[in-house]
Amino acid sequence: MKRYSAFAIAREAARYHAGWERAWAARTPKGKYDVIIVGAGGHGLATAYYLGRNHGITNVAVLEKGWLGGGNTGRNTTIIRSNYLQDPSAAIYEKSRSLYETLSQDLNYNIMFSPRGVMMLAQTHHEVRGYQRTAHANALQGVKTEYITPKRVKELCPIIDIDGPRYPVLGALWQARGGTARHDAVAWGLARACSDMGMDIIQQCEVTAVRQSGGKVTGVSTTKGDIDCDKMGIVVAGHSGVLADMAGFRLPIESVALQALVSEPIKPCMDVVVMANTVHGYMSQSDKGEMVIGGGADGYNNYTQRGSFHHIEETVRALIETFPMISRLKMLRQWGGIVDMTGDRSPIISKTPLEGCFINCGWGTGGFKAIPGSGWGMAELMAKGASPLTDAFTLGRFREGRFIDESVAAGVAH
Amino acid sequence: MLMLTCPYCGIDADETELTPGGQAHLTRETVGSDDDTFESYLFMRENPKGVHFERWRHSYGCGKWFHAARCTVTLEVFGTYSAQTTEPPKEICDKISGKRPGWSWGSFS
Repeated sequence: MKRYSAFAIAREAARYHAGWERAWAARTPKGKYDVIIVGAGGHGLATAYYLGRNHGITNVAVLEKGWLGGGNTGRNTTIIRSNYLQDPSAAIYEKSRSLYETLSQDLNYNIMFSPRGVMMLAQTHHEVRGYQRTAHANALQGVKTEYITPKRVKELCPIIDIDGPRYPVLGALWQARGGTARHDAVAWGLARACSDMGMDIIQQCEVTAVRQSGGKVTGVSTTKGDIDCDKMGIVVAGHSGVLADMAGFRLPIESVALQALVSEPIKPCMDVVVMANTVHGYMSQSDKGEMVIGGGADGYNNYTQRGSFHHIEETVRALIETFPMISRLKMLRQWGGIVDMTGDRSPIISKTPLEGCFINCGWGTGGFKAIPGSGWGMAELMAKGASPLTDAFTLGRFREGRFIDESVAAGVAH
Repeated sequence: MLMLTCPYCGIDADETELTPGGQAHLTRETVGSDDDTFESYLFMRENPKGVHFERWRHSYGCGKWFHAARCTVTLEVFGTYSAQTTEPPKEICDKISGKRPGWSWGSFS
């Protein structure tokens, strides 16, 4: 792989940019791999990347039904933070956030990580208490966050109306090293690094059946033929239920639509990420100047990748009260992604009843921030059979009553 | 916008008038059930890409709970029916069979 650098740009500029090579190879599947990862989104590619980088397993295929990063990886609002309440969550999300800090250098691919700071507004007294508790928990977990006053909120983000009649800003949980990254670049950079290690990334290859023998996975049937494997990782977010059904086990997961939208580009007006969980809205400004807005999830099962219009109305209506200056903004695009929701709003990274088959799912509305940490833990689990990052996130925790309850901690989408 | 007909008051209700209530036809487990059944009842859920049966409440209307048969891919509604039952009515199953031959959901098909 030719490295990207300032020198490479100069070199290619001198020869009409004829020397750029494909970022990742388009390959046809071989008959057998050590590991098959189903799903070439961020989490699947990160799993493959760390399998190769940390554990030396490079005979890997990443199968993708559609196109690389075309699911939730390309549909989220790119927020990265790790201010969670429960210890296992803080550990994996903070690992992930710290990996994001150097991911551009590790991948030799600019993922445009921008640690601009994430602010979660407390707009009710319950949230004030909740976020103060989270700030204390984070201090114990070694995650650097602080609870800040409305005055500080206004200093950090002047366009907020902190005296809103319905939802005044009473304070905020502030994580200065949280931020955003370019979501597509994360998928592309990981794919390029995987391809460079000799892994096969096979797009438009839908898994149609999981083949097994004696309770052990032996391979998959796909639209590009049968492929054998020793181990298999299911990393397909909203379609986890479909793959679990093929593999013969059930999941405590329901798939619903989550929406986001962006405005027309405007001049820089906001250099932090603001989340307002009481009103189910969050907003940041992209490098192009668009205001990127995320909304609430629908309450019913849905695979359509588009959501209900009234959720957009609710989100925008509430955000206009907190950010009065956006009331005249035109919205450019709206889209939806299918998110896999667990009962405790924490992911499942686990072995499954089918030997050799692992699953990484249930990231719900907050998977993007976890991509490198999730891949790191999933790769360790697949290579060694256990990982300190993921051991709490088993499929069996529901039965055993060991919930990692972030639904109570965050209240809503997070 | 999703629209469902409330089988009790007969009104075609927008989804803003309704509250989704999750999977239908769960059998309530109680004292004496084993761990597997309890886990299944409390946490495991049907999550089909296709035909689905679910509970809805006509919150901003008559307030009654009812059931709906719906496709999660096309959002087509096959029908709504009373919640006072443990299985979908035959005419709705027949209608689904006409449109989605070979469908199955939990123990129904």
